[in-house]
Amino acid sequence: MSYASTAGHDEHHDHPTGIMRWLTTTNHKDIGTMYLIFSLIMFMVGGLMILAVRVELFQPGMQLMQPDFYNQLIGVHALVMIFAALMPAATGFANWMLPLQLGAPDMALPRLNNWGFWLLPPAAILLTLPFTLALFGIGDGAIATGWTFYAPLSVQGGIGVDFAIFAVHILGISSVMGSINVIVTIFNMRAPGMTLMKMPMFAWGWLITAFLLIATIPVLAGAVTMLLTDRHFGTHFFNAAGGGDPILFQHLFWFFGHPEVYILLLPVWGFMPQILQTFARKPMYGYKAQVYSFWGIGVLSVVVWAHHFFTVGMPVPALIYFMFSTMAISVPLAVLFFCWIATMWRGSMTFETPMLFAVGWIILFGIGGLTGLVLADVAADAQYHHTYFVVAHFHYTLFAGGIMGIMAGVYYWLPKMTGHMYNENLGKLHFWLTAISFNLTFIPQFFLGLAGMPRRIPDYALQFADFNAVSTVAALVLGLSQLLFIYNIVSCARGGKKATDKVWEGSDGLEWTLPSPPPYHSFTVQPVIK
Amino acid sequence: MVMQLIRKTGLLLILGLNSFAAIAQEAKWNLPEPVTPVARDIFQIHNQFMLVIFVMFIVVLAIMIYSIFKHRKSRGYQAATFTGPTTRSQIAWTLVPFAILLYIDFILMGIPAVHSIQLMEDTKQGAEMVVKITGSQWRWQYEYMDGEAEGIKFVSNLTTPQEQIYNKEEKGENYLLEVDNHFVVPVDKKVRILITANDVIHTWWVPAFGSARDAIPGFLRETWIQVEKPGTYRGQCKELCGKGHGFMPIVVDAVPEDEFKAWVVAKKGEMEAATAGADKEWTKEELVAHGKGVYEKNCAVCHQANGQGMPPAFPPLTGSAIVAGPNFDADGKLLVDSHLDRVWNGKNIMPGWKGTLNDIDIAAVVTYERNALGNAVGDVLQPAQVKALR
Repeated sequence: MSYASTAGHDEHHDHPTGIMRWLTTTNHKDIGTMYLIFSLIMFMVGGLMILAVRVELFQPGMQLMQPDFYNQLIGVHALVMIFAALMPAATGFANWMLPLQLGAPDMALPRLNNWGFWLLPPAAILLTLPFTLALFGIGDGAIATGWTFYAPLSVQGGIGVDFAIFAVHILGISSVMGSINVIVTIFNMRAPGMTLMKMPMFAWGWLITAFLLIATIPVLAGAVTMLLTDRHFGTHFFNAAGGGDPILFQHLFWFFGHPEVYILLLPVWGFMPQILQTFARKPMYGYKAQVYSFWGIGVLSVVVWAHHFFTVGMPVPALIYFMFSTMAISVPLAVLFFCWIATMWRGSMTFETPMLFAVGWIILFGIGGLTGLVLADVAADAQYHHTYFVVAHFHYTLFAGGIMGIMAGVYYWLPKMTGHMYNENLGKLHFWLTAISFNLTFIPQFFLGLAGMPRRIPDYALQFADFNAVSTVAALVLGLSQLLFIYNIVSCARGGKKATDKVWEGSDGLEWTLPSPPPYHSFTVQPVIK
Repeated sequence: MVMQLIRKTGLLLILGLNSFAAIAQEAKWNLPEPVTPVARDIFQIHNQFMLVIFVMFIVVLAIMIYSIFKHRKSRGYQAATFTGPTTRSQIAWTLVPFAILLYIDFILMGIPAVHSIQLMEDTKQGAEMVVKITGSQWRWQYEYMDGEAEGIKFVSNLTTPQEQIYNKEEKGENYLLEVDNHFVVPVDKKVRILITANDVIHTWWVPAFGSARDAIPGFLRETWIQVEKPGTYRGQCKELCGKGHGFMPIVVDAVPEDEFKAWVVAKKGEMEAATAGADKEWTKEELVAHGKGVYEKNCAVCHQANGQGMPPAFPPLTGSAIVAGPNFDADGKLLVDSHLDRVWNGKNIMPGWKGTLNDIDIAAVVTYERNALGNAVGDVLQPAQVKALR
């Protein structure tokens, strides 16, 4: 490794320093780092919002806030977590790891990359600005329709809706640019000899995600633009009195919204088998089967959207079609689960923090998947829909399946990124606190939903009080234990035991052939894959 | 000594077991007891499917946990190198779990699911009654469309006082699940329900009935119920519909046929009395007194009990130029954008009340707003004047 000694020095020769370095950087690792830090900050912002909500729900009665402010918090929480925490985290990993894993010096379109990131902070500000404006008597706060923007409620809403529409536009542009960059990088920058069917699983996950983003984000952008013209320019897309249809909005929204779930999850499904094989010290099981499953899920994800609103009243054949197509997703998903467990099977496993998160992730995401299978049943869905049962279900897929997956990735790659080992004991403590308090937060919500508590209500009947109290206390523990995560990341970035190039005993892949941290221009000479 | 200890422990154990059973019964761990054919069907499906996914979960988890304990480095387990099935029999065995899954998806769970969809959507066959339900921010309106109850129409409002919601008073037994006018249906009769909304989307849902259907402004949707057990059933709106979303409950009384007939007679009498009152001359004091009740039930949620509103979304009525202005022009025609016009037809987020309130209520609430809440316009709107607008 002759270039190891120059690592950390080569950025000085013609780059600006200080804030200008970060504003103008086109380096994939700088941009990746900014994405990840942004994501962590927004994760805490969105978390604080929902903790306020949980505290309000601790007991029946209104204690902390007014119902309209409550409605703003739940909607902005979801938008922040989805668009500003989970998606940027996945993009951050793509930026950091794709060039490293593909053997490339950088991403294919570095300036686009810079722009893609720097669109995010203004969008986040747009989304949350109405809270501040309301303090000064301008407008009545942020969007209060939930993250789904359902018309006509959103047509009726205040300026918060307009802010959210523009924020979604900007976030969408950023995502599409990121996706184009990923696709171009994967198709053009792979090391010689690395055919598509030899490339790392993470690249496959992101490739499908990128295609889904490009296919569906424009639909969302169109839908919210129609909403904007309904609000201000006298069109009636979603108003029956003018010949429109409110349900059209739901179709357009969920045509984006359902693939969005897989957009959030596919990158995680990509790197998770890599983590499993590292700590099982055994090659990945069923690589091809996983790739084909990704494709299967990608295709199915755009033809099942109406299961998000079975209760609007649809013709029987449509109900049956959307039910069975949704259930069909369980097949490729089962292939993935099979492969993950078969990767662990007869391995020689150790349980460092990334592996703990990975195993916990399989179990908890499994609960999310299985409850999703039951939700696909139209008749049963009439009971579960819009209750806390659904809230618990999608937090098992998006918090356990999404965020805990991202955490596994952070612990897995942090030594590679910073050059230091994180504190293993703190990491393990973080895992156990997160996993236990997460379950104590959301298992009661399954029962709340079955008992008949609708979601998005600021106050509830007395029979729901016990489960809500448990859920709130556990949510506070869950929130607080994330401070450990931040502390661990920050102290790891600042120093600690030096990480080796390989970091983990069982690691396998191009990123582990570079020094930790990798040099500024990752692979200046492309490695050759046999 | 030893005997005492045993007796004490035994007593504690029995106490503990008893309280656990009591807690399990008290706490709700499953869907409520179903009382309609659809709910019974859903209940069955739900229990069966939960069992199926529970078994799937346990089986997969068991395999994983076995592997976690058996195949670890600390026990000196040597890693295998396989990356897929190799022999024919291995490939065949790999396909077994997927065959089971397909069977569960499309046969074990799929066939009952299709049957229950057909049952759920069979709203017309054998229906003995039709009721139209209209959702609006934030109350439900019920209108009986045919049979002996035809013409009965009323609005159902939350009756939980604000003092309970804001923790100034002890919360009642049916906190947030109580309304002034219950929706009454006869038991064992198939009731076809048509659903629509006035403003935004709502969802009418009573968990014991298993019927959730969205109320969509400008469109009619339908569902049906056939309550098999007399009783009072409570539900809530379950589509986010604005700030009052948590405060528009549904209460249904399922009563035997003869009780239903008696209720129809009583309700019709009540409605006639109300319309009869519209023709008499009311004094200002009578109207203001009646209007206060109407205001607190319908208007105070946005314009507040003291008339101060919540600007900018909900303007104050105290000192409002619209309230102070005239309602009719010189020829006695309703002025556009006048106080009564706003109450009658609504504008933007303000709903029109001509369909939900009767003539007396509208006259009374307008008179109340003009002569209370810090306003003193001084004039009186007679119910007869409102009736003339219809």
